Amino acid sequence: MQAATHAESHSGAHDAHHHEPGFLRNYVFSIDHKIIGLQYALTALCFLLFGFTLMGMMRWQIAHPGQSVPLVGPFLESLFGDVATKGVVSPNLYNMFGAMHGTIMVFLAIVPLLTGAFGNYLVPIQVGACDMAFPRLNMLSYQFYLFGGIIMFASFFIPGGAAQSGWTSYPPLSLIVPTDGQTYWLLGMVFLITSSLLGSANIITTIVQLRAPGMTWMRLPFFTWAQFVAAFLLLLAFPPLEAAGVLQLMDKVMGSSLFLPTGLAVGGKIADVAGGGSPILWQHLFWFLAHPEVYVLILPAMGIVAEVIANNTRKPLWGYKSLVYASLALGFISFIVWAHHMYLTGMGTTIAAFFQTTTMMISIPSVIILTCLLISLWGGSIRFNTPMLFSLAFLPMFGIGGLTGLPLGFSASDLHLHDTYYVIGHFHYVVAPGTIFGIFAGIYYWYPKVTGRFMSEFWGKVHFWGSLIFMNVVFMPMFAQGLSGMLRRMSDGGINYSLAQAGVEGGLGSSIMELNRVILWGAIGLGLSQIPFIINLFYSIKHGVKIPNDNPWDATTLEWQTETPPYVYNFRREPVVHRGPYEYSVPGHAKDFTPQTEPESTPAKH
Amino acid sequence: MSESHPESFHNYTRRCLLVFVAILCGIGLMVGCSFANVASPLRIAMVLAIACFNAGLVSCYLMHLMSERKFVFTVLIFTVIFFTGLMGLTMLAHSDVPHLKVN
Amino acid sequence: MDIPYTTKPRPDTGLYNAKVGIWLFLASEVMLFGGLFSAYIYLRVGAPVDTWPHGWLNVTLGTINTVILALSAITTLLAWAALKMNQFPRYKIFGALTIVLAVAFLSIKAYEYNDKFTHYQVRLNDGRVADGHLIENKKDADHIVLHGHYVAKAAELLDGHSKNAHAHEELTIARADIQGMKFYGPALNNFLAIYYSITILHALHIIGGIIVIGYLWGPGSKMWFTDPERFTNRVEVSGLFWHFVDLVWIFVFPVLYLT
Repeated sequence: MQAATHAESHSGAHDAHHHEPGFLRNYVFSIDHKIIGLQYALTALCFLLFGFTLMGMMRWQIAHPGQSVPLVGPFLESLFGDVATKGVVSPNLYNMFGAMHGTIMVFLAIVPLLTGAFGNYLVPIQVGACDMAFPRLNMLSYQFYLFGGIIMFASFFIPGGAAQSGWTSYPPLSLIVPTDGQTYWLLGMVFLITSSLLGSANIITTIVQLRAPGMTWMRLPFFTWAQFVAAFLLLLAFPPLEAAGVLQLMDKVMGSSLFLPTGLAVGGKIADVAGGGSPILWQHLFWFLAHPEVYVLILPAMGIVAEVIANNTRKPLWGYKSLVYASLALGFISFIVWAHHMYLTGMGTTIAAFFQTTTMMISIPSVIILTCLLISLWGGSIRFNTPMLFSLAFLPMFGIGGLTGLPLGFSASDLHLHDTYYVIGHFHYVVAPGTIFGIFAGIYYWYPKVTGRFMSEFWGKVHFWGSLIFMNVVFMPMFAQGLSGMLRRMSDGGINYSLAQAGVEGGLGSSIMELNRVILWGAIGLGLSQIPFIINLFYSIKHGVKIPNDNPWDATTLEWQTETPPYVYNFRREPVVHRGPYEYSVPGHAKDFTPQTEPESTPAKH
Repeated sequence: MSESHPESFHNYTRRCLLVFVAILCGIGLMVGCSFANVASPLRIAMVLAIACFNAGLVSCYLMHLMSERKFVFTVLIFTVIFFTGLMGLTMLAHSDVPHLKVN
Repeated sequence: MDIPYTTKPRPDTGLYNAKVGIWLFLASEVMLFGGLFSAYIYLRVGAPVDTWPHGWLNVTLGTINTVILALSAITTLLAWAALKMNQFPRYKIFGALTIVLAVAFLSIKAYEYNDKFTHYQVRLNDGRVADGHLIENKKDADHIVLHGHYVAKAAELLDGHSKNAHAHEELTIARADIQGMKFYGPALNNFLAIYYSITILHALHIIGGIIVIGYLWGPGSKMWFTDPERFTNRVEVSGLFWHFVDLVWIFVFPVLYLT
């Protein structure tokens, strides 16, 4: 980054010294949204890999209960002591891995990738601005995220280890586990939530205030709309969880009983607490966030897929207005569905009916969005490059995830399926071959803009096919397991409930138990499939095929009208937008794409 | 405060002090009501109603919400809706429990 | 290249950037304190009959604090108005007043907390409970001295308005007779737990406000001489935050102290 054109600026935003900023200012304490976006991306990808390894060890224990984890067993024992005797994942360690896998994947990997990395990097450029509305606040958001992540990571190394009560941290369990891991979790969450809140305010203000001349609301790329709605979800849904976190911290650290009921017995003795609290209160406050959170997980990914599909079909997205209104509706309804995670808490029929109704309602905008993306393929000249492959696979994979959610949304069927592997299959389908495929698509798609080189197409396709096949090998069997009644969070893989046990009636059959091994092989295959991606990511920085021009995909949106990598303030001169975001194959135009900044010589549709 | 009508600092201070006196009256009324000899739910309702009135004074005059723009109103309306949803639905879930006898 | 609309409002929204940002932040704060108030209502309504205390908080001090914060809201508005009318010295005066009032609020709060931290419920072996302020608790002594009264059951202490609640006499209690003692902290009772949670979070916001307003009063006020409009906007935005903090207290006071 250079500091050449300071002559024009006199607002005091730049420092008075005109020397070249050093490495620290440019790459560590940068206020440039592009650098911050890359910081988020690298950190989040590391956490994604770490979360994946936690899952690998869990799946080993499920498939081979009581056997030492290969390769890392001795390391586990030296780090964790008696919860990993002889390298075996004990139930307590399993719970720790399970709780942290969920927490890390959701809060430290996916959301920071979607909003912190893609959102930060692309939204200002897509709206035609020179940076986010509050650049220094942006830097602070990243630092809070990093600090929260460090706290979460450090919790593995304290005596007693990390939190072990699920990513959902339900009391009383989360409060009666005598170690400090839960306290670290709560503190880490406070920092992560603050980071998200500040980031959301930044993104929304940028979109509202910094749109370039001519960039009307209905000319925004769908990716930006998705980020806008997701930012509102984070802004308004996260604070009640922060409130609940404060209350749980009060319980854990100060010994109060806001979430502990009267008469709670721990280890055979009545707990010495004031009582009168309610575990259900925690559930309400937690799920009030956690449901909108899942829409934060999916909307930006849908935004990425939409951009890639429009670009690689060489035609406009079908139903742009429907997509926009469906996203707004999705955002709004997502605030009033949360208790469908709580059907089994003993709620009455009236309130259950209310939440079932809203849950069914919310599937409508979801399906509208998916349908628009699907219909967008019709009549297109499809280019099957790596980003497009991931985006195409997203459609049926997210479809499976969404459809399998329907029986969970009805309390009658949820009675049978709640807390079983069916739920795990459902939500992983939406997030893993759903959102993560969207993320991969985005990485392959925008990598040339960031680095000036393509990632290897060959290894990209290897990565794609491996990931697609093995994701299905891992998660499809889980529906069968869940329907047979296999419960989640069981560290022994269900052995105690299998028909192999003497005297068990109506237990899990051997074919269901055998699926555990199948899933383990799938997980190993999935892990191996990521290796070409990781190598490709770094190798292509210096050795990838160079892009022929600043717009290698022949795209229309504003980020492709910049230099490569973009100029520090994105545009040399403020862009003026004359047309909508998806003017591909416009009749009467010489090229099959017309950038948003191209003036109107012939009338074009908005 | 609107920029198109420049007024003296003195006048502005006087208006602010009027609002402050109104808030003080609200506080006094609130504390007085809390000692009233009426049924608990009514007492709580009266106290909270006066609190809402005070809050209205602060937000409308001191935060000049009266002269704020559409965007701010829209964000706040949605916030109020979601806040009401959080409180209302949670309390509804709390009170709606099955009452069937188990024989 | 400069970020547009940091000072001048954007024509179609009529707002400058920081104002959009602060209102968004305040919306999230509404949800934060809303979550806490929801928790309070849930616990209060769900508490079994006659287990929720009344009258444990000092209404006089709470009222004084409410008046202090309301006054500070006025002074912070006048500070901004002074800048709008180009009267920097008046800005300094009202800014300083705001900080002084904020510190006064915190001092009263600290006094209230200290009062609670020294107030104990002592369960005796014979089943009675002694309730009062701990006057003497020397480590090597075989007794403690409480300034309060005895009750037969802890439940009688729930009504802070009752006749004998304020009966104070010096009680000397032998350590051998004590089954356990708890001070009036979060662990004693859910009401206190949620009281501390809400007021501590609110106090943290007051401290944050003091830091920001103090910075704009002190080192940050240099910007008045280089970019007065931007500085005025910063003061307005910090004022909005301060008004919100006052707004929260306007609900905290009746909900916790008066109901």
